[in-house]
Amino acid sequence: MAENIATRAAYGEMLLELAASDPDIVVLDADLSGSTMTKGFAKAYPDRFFNMGIAEANMMGVAAGLATCGKKPFANTFAMFAAGRAWEQVRNSIAYPHLNVKVIGSHGGLSVGEDGATHQCIEDLAIMRAIPEMLVLCPCDGNEMRQAVKALVEYNGPAYMRLGRLAVDTVTEGVEGYQFELGKGAVLRPGTDVTIVATGMMVQMSLRAAELLEEEGISARVIDMHTIKPLDGELLLAAARETGAVVTSEEHNILGGLGGAVAEFLSQNCPVPVIRHGVEDQFGRSGKAQLVLEAYHLNPQTIFEKAKLAIALKSC
Amino acid sequence: MNQAQLRQWETIAARGRLMGLDMVYRCASGHLGGSFSAMEVFTLLYNKVMRNLDPQNPKDPTRDRFVLSKGHCTPGLYAVLAQRGFFPETELCCFRSIDGQLSGHAEMNHVPGVDMSTGSLGQGISAAVGMALAGKLDEKSYRVFALMGDGEMAEGQVWEAAMSAAKYQLDNLCAVVDVNGLQIDGKTADVMPSEPLDQKWASFGWHVLKADGHDFASLEEAFSEAETKKDAPTVILISTVKGKGVSFMENNADWHGKAPNDAQYQQARVELVNKLEQLEGK
Repeated sequence: MAENIATRAAYGEMLLELAASDPDIVVLDADLSGSTMTKGFAKAYPDRFFNMGIAEANMMGVAAGLATCGKKPFANTFAMFAAGRAWEQVRNSIAYPHLNVKVIGSHGGLSVGEDGATHQCIEDLAIMRAIPEMLVLCPCDGNEMRQAVKALVEYNGPAYMRLGRLAVDTVTEGVEGYQFELGKGAVLRPGTDVTIVATGMMVQMSLRAAELLEEEGISARVIDMHTIKPLDGELLLAAARETGAVVTSEEHNILGGLGGAVAEFLSQNCPVPVIRHGVEDQFGRSGKAQLVLEAYHLNPQTIFEKAKLAIALKSC
Repeated sequence: MNQAQLRQWETIAARGRLMGLDMVYRCASGHLGGSFSAMEVFTLLYNKVMRNLDPQNPKDPTRDRFVLSKGHCTPGLYAVLAQRGFFPETELCCFRSIDGQLSGHAEMNHVPGVDMSTGSLGQGISAAVGMALAGKLDEKSYRVFALMGDGEMAEGQVWEAAMSAAKYQLDNLCAVVDVNGLQIDGKTADVMPSEPLDQKWASFGWHVLKADGHDFASLEEAFSEAETKKDAPTVILISTVKGKGVSFMENNADWHGKAPNDAQYQQARVELVNKLEQLEGK
């Protein structure tokens, strides 16, 4: 049976593991270490853990200063505050000087659930992607997250990574040909009629949608696009050429995130129908995570419908 | 400090003002007011206070660091860095120019001697906290300096940074606030009153010192005292005159970020050249 773990939990575990052999890894948090899963690191390495209080702007600047001295800071808070509140600090103090800071946004998307719209960040991928030189990641499961953390420790430069709150099934383990590499998407399911490009927990839903499509005789390729930036153009190009229609799926506004990135790329390189699935430019609301996701049509059934729509557009 | 040394520093500051004037006049933009109010601080930091500076090895990990949190005051900083040998003075002619590397606001990856890219107010002091924190973590003896403006005190991030520096007892951090009383839109007291700054910083857990920002002896004494202060960071509040050195720029908010026209340039140049020649005994 596949592992079921939240990406934030896998992140915390991996950070702790890597810290043992890399004394330059330092961790900053803004009073959310229990939620962002940096608490384990804080306990094991109190000297290298800095709780900066509820002051995200300063946390990003301090992380930048640490990076100028050779440290490898991971700055953690909710996606809303990492990407949103501290956007300009990330932009001017971290990305512009190209400092080696990893900005970690936990609890991304609507699956924050009960906390409601103020804490449901559906803009982070778009606004972080808009910053030059930023890497933007959104791994889909525990296995992928562990490899992403390792890759980020090895990467010398600014990056943003979104973590999810909910436990999710591991879908990348044991997949033939799967190998994590920054900036390279992974084909988790082959297909010829349509391609579903997904990120984060929408990858699991897209795999289920592909099963629904198969029941109707439609062969859907599923690409796990864990790195939104730089986007894997080569993989997208092949998918567009071979399947002729694309659906993007993300727990994010349909504006500017994965869907935006894919549409931008394909419109210039291989214009095929691209249907963007995600939050339809609305704020979220409180509720149990699964029910909120359903209320905003973030489910396999909707992806299934979008895929059929994309296929229908091929003949336009 | 002996008289020869004083004369040397005064000469560097006077030359710095002249160079800054030329830089801003040439590209028809830039910030002279706050550069001139801080010229003595720049001069003293880079010629006396900061240790292990090596223009040939500007990223020496043992060096003292400086963060220009009021990142627009590059005409002052760059003029002092150039005189200290971090880059040729000829490069100053391309300040703010598409043909050069000296950007309008302080930039660390293309300007030797600049330790942090700044420009968005309130952010530099946080980076300085991070540098000081790294020094403590690594048990290094370098010190970190940061220069802010009094208008900058309105940025909430300054106070977030102040709290964090006190929490981590960063006695290797020395901030300076250039209290010239003016900002772009007018008097700081009118735009957004920041006083009493001494009480504010003290209540945030910092050692507070005061100095005359245009008096090298006063500044030197404050920096020396700051180094003796333990278990908490130190802030030096320096009283200064915005636009110091050019009669019509002094205490005039209009000269925050304006370039002089030809007539103004000529007049300013005469005043600054006279001062320099007086110091050089001509």
